[in-house]
Amino acid sequence: MRQIDSQVLTETVEKGFIEITHLPGGDLIAALDKARQEEDSPIGKDILTQLLENARLGREEQTPICQDTGNSIVFMEIGQDVHIVGETLSDAVRRGVSQGYTKGYLRASIVGDPLERKNTRDNTPPFVHTEITSGDRIKITMMAKGSGCENMSRFKMLTPAQGRQGVVDFVVDTVLQGGGKPCPPLIVGVGIGGTFDMATYIAKKSLFRPVGEHHPEPHVKELEEELLEKINNLGLGPQGWGGRATALAVHVETYPCHIASLPVAVNIECHSHRVKTVTI
Amino acid sequence: MMNDVVKIRPPLDEKTVRSLKAGQRVLITGTIYTARDAAHKRMMELIKKNEPLPFDLKGQIIYYVGPTPAKPGQVVGSAGPTTSSRMDSYMETLYKLGLKGTIGKGNRSQEVIDLVRKYKAVHFSNIGGAGALIAKTIRKCEMIAFEDLGTEAIHRMEVENFSAIVAYDSEGNDLYKEAIKQYGR
Ligand code: SF4
Repeated sequence: MRQIDSQVLTETVEKGFIEITHLPGGDLIAALDKARQEEDSPIGKDILTQLLENARLGREEQTPICQDTGNSIVFMEIGQDVHIVGETLSDAVRRGVSQGYTKGYLRASIVGDPLERKNTRDNTPPFVHTEITSGDRIKITMMAKGSGCENMSRFKMLTPAQGRQGVVDFVVDTVLQGGGKPCPPLIVGVGIGGTFDMATYIAKKSLFRPVGEHHPEPHVKELEEELLEKINNLGLGPQGWGGRATALAVHVETYPCHIASLPVAVNIECHSHRVKTVTI
Repeated sequence: MMNDVVKIRPPLDEKTVRSLKAGQRVLITGTIYTARDAAHKRMMELIKKNEPLPFDLKGQIIYYVGPTPAKPGQVVGSAGPTTSSRMDSYMETLYKLGLKGTIGKGNRSQEVIDLVRKYKAVHFSNIGGAGALIAKTIRKCEMIAFEDLGTEAIHRMEVENFSAIVAYDSEGNDLYKEAIKQYGR
């Protein structure tokens, strides 16, 4: 049994959120650059150029690339041969977020009660998911997820009769309805199958793949390609001001489901895609 | 779409507002005010109680933004726009009090497009997710009301060549609808 001090978790989370909010990943930069080269609207090209310039400023001046430093989402795969000593896992992660957002001059965007709406002032609580795996390590994925795009996400229970075509129509319509609001170009996370909760869970998880990396199964990869093509034919373009680059990528995850069900969840992610995985 | 960039300075008069057309790029220099969800709610409560607002709305521009905290030596942190449509239900009340312009991201409801025309106002969009770059055009940022709201407090900003695009103009033209017409396949 390997012991891990909870303080290590806290520090990893603290550093992780400070880093991701100003340092976009190479996969995202490459996707934005490719979109800029392929963009046929002059205004769209100009926006993509400015987004790359914004990313450069974030990196050089350590300023958050977007003022919405997000919902703090933490996914953990915990090896079953690990024992955490010190604080509870949830307290350790919460403290990491609190310290990171305070020391890193990140925006506190969370209210403690959805109806009373009083800001907690340190972006806590984070939204934590855990899975138990084999081994003696902990893999932590942190994501600062903007709410402008989260708000444009949708879920629907389709019928098995609606099938694949129903999924395509629902995903494309979700992007169209979002228009310029979720800050296109987007990364569209799609979860198909499972239950009500599972579909949304895998939709979010799909966003952790490197931008544009396809699903290993050929029929799912094909669906991703078809969806990306249809979405980029909508004409919304960067910011919805017109053009080709409405989405940089579509990531689909699937899960077994009931004979009566075809749940579909679309988790919309903006171009301020801030994700990092650390293994301890 | 028009490509010439026009320079404007608030408060906006009717002549300036009428001259702005959807799709036109603008550079704003002067004073603008920040307000987003919670500050709008508070302003509505003040209006209901017939109490004065933190600033006179006449001819002014509201920027929908909640910046990150400024680091030592910075005027403001990252400061890009938030989604405009969440403020749609407040617009008629504010236009009645003389508000002329708003800046945010994303399309708004048809109701707001109609109100922009009715009250001879203008709505601008700027680039969502370009907060570090946009902050470079903000010269001063001062909290003027609702401090307890944190990032949602009302701030007075002095901006210089702050870049935006006309999304909805006083004749009812719509940048977002035009975009889809032009680029949709
Ligand atoms: S949707 Fe994304 S890019 Fe747009 S404001 Fe929110 S976090 Fe920033």
